[in-house]
Amino acid sequence: MDRLLRFFYEYRAFFTFLVLELVCAWLIVQNNQYQSASYFNSSNRLAANIVGFSNGVREYFSLRDINNELADENAELRTKLEKRNQSFYSLETHEIKDPAIINRFDYVSAKVVNTTSSFFKNYITINKGSDDGIRPGMAAISSVGAVGKVKSVSEHYSVLISLLNVDEQVSSVIKRTENFGTVQWDGVDARFANFLYIPRHVTPQVGDTIVTSGFNAVFPEGVFVGIIRDVRLSEEAAFHNIRIELAQDFTKLSFVEIVRSNLKSEKDSLELKTIGEPK
Amino acid sequence: MTRSGVWIFISFFLYLLIQVMLLKNLVLFSTAFCFLYVAFILFLPVETNILALTLIGFFTGFIVDIFYNSLGVHASSLVLISYLRNYWLGVITPQGGYDANSRPTLEANGTQWFLVYTLPLVLFHHIMLFIIEAGGFHNFGHTSLKILFSVLFTMIVLVILQLLTTERRRV
Repeated sequence: MDRLLRFFYEYRAFFTFLVLELVCAWLIVQNNQYQSASYFNSSNRLAANIVGFSNGVREYFSLRDINNELADENAELRTKLEKRNQSFYSLETHEIKDPAIINRFDYVSAKVVNTTSSFFKNYITINKGSDDGIRPGMAAISSVGAVGKVKSVSEHYSVLISLLNVDEQVSSVIKRTENFGTVQWDGVDARFANFLYIPRHVTPQVGDTIVTSGFNAVFPEGVFVGIIRDVRLSEEAAFHNIRIELAQDFTKLSFVEIVRSNLKSEKDSLELKTIGEPK
Repeated sequence: MTRSGVWIFISFFLYLLIQVMLLKNLVLFSTAFCFLYVAFILFLPVETNILALTLIGFFTGFIVDIFYNSLGVHASSLVLISYLRNYWLGVITPQGGYDANSRPTLEANGTQWFLVYTLPLVLFHHIMLFIIEAGGFHNFGHTSLKILFSVLFTMIVLVILQLLTTERRRV
């Protein structure tokens, strides 16, 4: 026993090293789990304040772009509203009476305080948290397209898993042919992602629009994701190789909207009862 | 606490602040990263014992991880080079050994020695960091490109910083 203790004491530096590396390995595994409620990330108040300060300085240089983007979005929304109003005059619409359906989604606008786009696993920190009703698992979109999912929240900040994260998958659909697939980033170029699982018999074309499918009830249906830029089909492959150009430029992200899906828990619990745990 | 102790304490915060507020946003061509905080571990006094080094390394890496949302990635790579640092210093001891209470800097031991000291450690750090970050060896071409350019970038900034601080002391 004495000799054993002396042995440990002799190599105490090595064992500390070993223990610390094991702790790190454990932390990495923990952090990779989707929806971890971790305290040690940039949603922590002190960390968020510091990155928020550096972002505040940088923001002055992109104010013009941000303003233009917001103005464009306003114009687009106005056009949409007007179109909707016009179509009501001519169309006999059956009114949806259930307020639960009408209020299915509501939106919380939040400012991006921190974002990366050049790692394999990129995250975005925003300045709204559980106080504004944000919970892990909610979707984040911007004026141009899908952005990501909420990973963890603190009181005033949240961390989102960016679409530019090799672990993130978004169920999407080709708008023209209505075929379902999955958008996943490959970790190389921040402008492009892959669109997977489109079977051989479908003929996707360059220029087709990809929107979210609304299948997993995280994203609302029809949020713009990207445009097909390249389609390849090798001899034996069961699926097409499709490259899409993402709608959102992640290097210039300044505002996002968090989508609160009010019926998600109802849908999930119903599915859980009938289908069982999702694989 | 001695004067150099106070200076080390201050430089700890300086390195971290520069890293998370400035260098974090400075990624060239989305392949070249600068992880200057490594310098904090590299330039601790020669006599610092390994046990303290590994613990400081873990702590520093952990704080960087909080800001990068990559819990454990920076910490593990920094612990590795904190542990290896003293052995490497032992291997490349210059003739006549190190001066008492000296720090392994460019000023104390010359440019060539400095590069032999820092380059392998920075390389180890970056290799470990990017491979863990990529979650393995898939996309290895892209990862090695990142490693190569980031090592270059970090080394250049390191040397410039050393030259600047040397200049100041002469005046």
